[in-house]
Amino acid sequence: MTATTTPRRHAGFLARTWARLRLLKESPIGMVGAFLVLFWIAVAILAPWISPHDPNESNMDALVDPSPSAVNWLGTDNQGRDILSRIIWGSRTVLGVAPVAVIIAYAIGCFLGLLAGYYRGWVDQLINRIADIILSFPAIILYIIVIMRLGPSAFNIVMAVVFIASPQIVRIVRGMTLELREQDYVAAAKMRGESALYIMLAEILPNARGPLIVDACLRMGYTTITIGVLGFLGLGLPPPDPDWGGMVKDTYAMMSIAPLMSLFPAMAISSLVVGFSLLADGIREISLRD
Amino acid sequence: MTGSAARNLPGSPPTGPQLVKPKAVLELKNVAISYMVRAGELKVVPNVSLTLHEGEALGLVGESGCGKSTLAYAIMRYLGGAGRLAGGHILFEGRDMGKMSEAELRSIRGSRMAMVYQDPMSSLNPVIPVGRQLMEVPMVHSGAGEVEAKERALTMLREVKLPDPETLFDRYPHQLSGGQQQRVVIAMALMAEPSLLVMDEPTTGLDVTVEAAVLDLVATLRRKHNTAIVFISHNLGTVVRICDRIGVMYAGELVEEGPIAEVFRDPSHPYTRGLLNAIPSLNADKRNRPLSSIPGQVPPILARPKGCVFAPRCIYVEPGRCTTRPIDTVLYGETGLHRVKCVRTRELPRHARAVAANGNEAAPATASAELVLSVGGLEKAYHQSPGVFGGGGYEVHAVDGIDLSAGRGTTLAIVGESGCGKSTFAKVLTGIEQATGGTVQLSGAEIGRTPVEARSAATKRAIQMVFQNPDSTLNPSHSIGYVLSRAIRKLRGIGGRQARAETEALLKTVNLPEEFASRKPRQLSGGQKQRVAIARALAGEPELILADEPVSALDVSVQAAIINLLVEIQQKRGATLLFISHDLSVVRYLADHVAVMYLGKVMEFGSVAEVFSPPYHPYTEALMSAVPIADPEVKRERIILEGAIPSPTERPKGCPFATRCQRKVGAICDEQTPPERRTSSGHRIACHIPLEDLKAAEHFAF
Repeated sequence: MTATTTPRRHAGFLARTWARLRLLKESPIGMVGAFLVLFWIAVAILAPWISPHDPNESNMDALVDPSPSAVNWLGTDNQGRDILSRIIWGSRTVLGVAPVAVIIAYAIGCFLGLLAGYYRGWVDQLINRIADIILSFPAIILYIIVIMRLGPSAFNIVMAVVFIASPQIVRIVRGMTLELREQDYVAAAKMRGESALYIMLAEILPNARGPLIVDACLRMGYTTITIGVLGFLGLGLPPPDPDWGGMVKDTYAMMSIAPLMSLFPAMAISSLVVGFSLLADGIREISLRD
Repeated sequence: MTGSAARNLPGSPPTGPQLVKPKAVLELKNVAISYMVRAGELKVVPNVSLTLHEGEALGLVGESGCGKSTLAYAIMRYLGGAGRLAGGHILFEGRDMGKMSEAELRSIRGSRMAMVYQDPMSSLNPVIPVGRQLMEVPMVHSGAGEVEAKERALTMLREVKLPDPETLFDRYPHQLSGGQQQRVVIAMALMAEPSLLVMDEPTTGLDVTVEAAVLDLVATLRRKHNTAIVFISHNLGTVVRICDRIGVMYAGELVEEGPIAEVFRDPSHPYTRGLLNAIPSLNADKRNRPLSSIPGQVPPILARPKGCVFAPRCIYVEPGRCTTRPIDTVLYGETGLHRVKCVRTRELPRHARAVAANGNEAAPATASAELVLSVGGLEKAYHQSPGVFGGGGYEVHAVDGIDLSAGRGTTLAIVGESGCGKSTFAKVLTGIEQATGGTVQLSGAEIGRTPVEARSAATKRAIQMVFQNPDSTLNPSHSIGYVLSRAIRKLRGIGGRQARAETEALLKTVNLPEEFASRKPRQLSGGQKQRVAIARALAGEPELILADEPVSALDVSVQAAIINLLVEIQQKRGATLLFISHDLSVVRYLADHVAVMYLGKVMEFGSVAEVFSPPYHPYTEALMSAVPIADPEVKRERIILEGAIPSPTERPKGCPFATRCQRKVGAICDEQTPPERRTSSGHRIACHIPLEDLKAAEHFAF
């Protein structure tokens, strides 16, 4: 009996987080997802060292035969640039933009969702109506409008993702807040005179974290796709910097002659997306167990 | 079986002809049930044997987590994906259920055996009218035609005493009240005249007056159809009403089993004794006797002790004999029907029943005490604004003009069924809701319309609350230490090391070890969570503690300990306690003054001695008669209230209780608000019947 009740008084936050993460070992699906995601993170960090070529350097000789070779492992693209190097450097775009966008979207979404759910009344009405309006447009058209207006750049992609994702997050957080605000511990907090901000951030938000972490993981996947789509539509990073969606766009015209040129970047996108959704499944699975 | 003589015990209802040897409906032989979980195989029930005869009713009692429900599901052979019958045999009407195919099991369930669950809504299909659902039973199981099925469904609805069965037939489940839903479920279970009915806490979610009606119905139908019943409950009182045999389960084992009167008269397992002692009863009150609880808790399945499972909590434990090897079941008593799983059965002192401890009749704690709380004409109405299309737009009076007061250091109990406004009243006191009329004064300061955010630090400190549901009372993300130190800091402005010392002192006050400071709520049991909640309420050294059903979600053994703790704290700190409850025996034990509420109004108010003896308000009288008493020897006339509590939107014009009152005088009750009749001592009853006439009521002992 004592083994199960050993006090963990000084277990720090990091140690507890690590203990939580180790639970993931019990979900094979989650492990595959975590592996894929960590793989791409490592690639992005190590890009300067592991990239065999300069991603923007054209090799005119390769234009004759763009197929994979000993020099260009995954072949070269329509301008003779090494595809492997471009994928490696391109991972930085995705993994730089997607988390930043998702984190900012979450910060805004959580804040507004908490306000709407906690105060209800006109605050809720106002926030909800604005969210409704944004959500009523087809997302892809909104992206195109926003980026066309702001011009393509990493920062503007972040802005666009935040603009479109945060209303959805508002909806989720609001729903959970409506439920959690009725818990007795919230009443107890009010009775000891806690401020509304404390109640929202310390009493309500931590208990909404389970579904939010899962959603954040899935959303990273969607954002990866979005960034790919924007790149494909020519609304990604301005050339010549590599970006996976842009790589597909540049080469899809040659699909019939050299299909590998667009296949490899497309595979990079999907492996990362699949990684994020498997990770989300894994987290959901272990969170249901306790 | 030694024959029929032993079955004619006081308290056991007649069960058909006694001369022929009764046929066994259900036999469990060394049944073992286990669940497959990540950690391996959990032997939830290691070895249980019992026999149930035709028309017999067996009650299964025990704390939560003792395997009662698991056993019920195993009897139905309905254990889900993870559970399995790991050993032994279940014979139903002589056939081994382990050898039946899925198809055979399906044809038996619902026709030969049926189950009634705690939540009626989960057994009724919300999109099919209830009559239609009833008709399905004969249509599926005996191939009856539409016309015949409908005829039988209507007969059954009439039999479970539902008003106006023809109209009810076409209603959807959500249009019925909880009590009516449970009656429909019972009707459905009895449709096919099963020989075995398994009921898992069938009345736990119902109000006490509704519960009494449902229990009466089950008892009547059982006799009429000669159905054998397995009745699972945590409430010993309800078991006494229905059953003629009782089985006490502890940690997956059947520790004692026998005829109910015999087990209650002479409980021989220390656990059974503990359960019986934990019930507040027979004139015991906080002034003369603390309740006895069973210390400790049910061991987790993987940590069950090697010898007697109850040994770690047993006061009669003898190390060695009790703790080394599994305990055998032995016969006990004269009848040969009483079995006990204890090695020391014959050496234990005879169980002394709690007897009325002298005539120390509740002298209410110093009547002249200074008033901490005084409430005058308090109203709380909710406005339903008209919809966009102009419909609706009405007012609901949850609390409708109540007058109450509580003196320093006393306990005021508020009693009533769900929807009577007792929780709304508490919310107004806490400032989470605001009054729409009347006054609420706390030590002379008006607080009725001040929301909690606008209250002064001193007021916030003065009122703290203990909530009902142990699972929602503590934030699952915060450690116990954080919860308490935060409360100390916010309410008393103490921080740092001093707050930590205070936290430890608080934990000690509620009898929890210091290490609990680092635990998270999910590592605590329900009773421990309630202790922490009490500690949190004490952090600001409040004048008034509101306790909204603080023990109703707890097992009876734990309940006793929490009540003792409340009494002790009150005596030590002199705080005023406002105790909201539907459990009259607890109220009788704990309170100094009692207010009985119905539909937002106070029907009766007085000292505990006054309220618990005639004259009673007719509603109080009905409530008292409805309380199931855990003593087979107490026989009392029960007043069964017809109908359901009216919804607050259609409040009766005159007396709110007129629609259900058993003593209704006439039209005056429907049309005129009853006068408040007072005695010189301050006892008030709101009724058209003069006090002299009300005095003639039977005195209900608790």
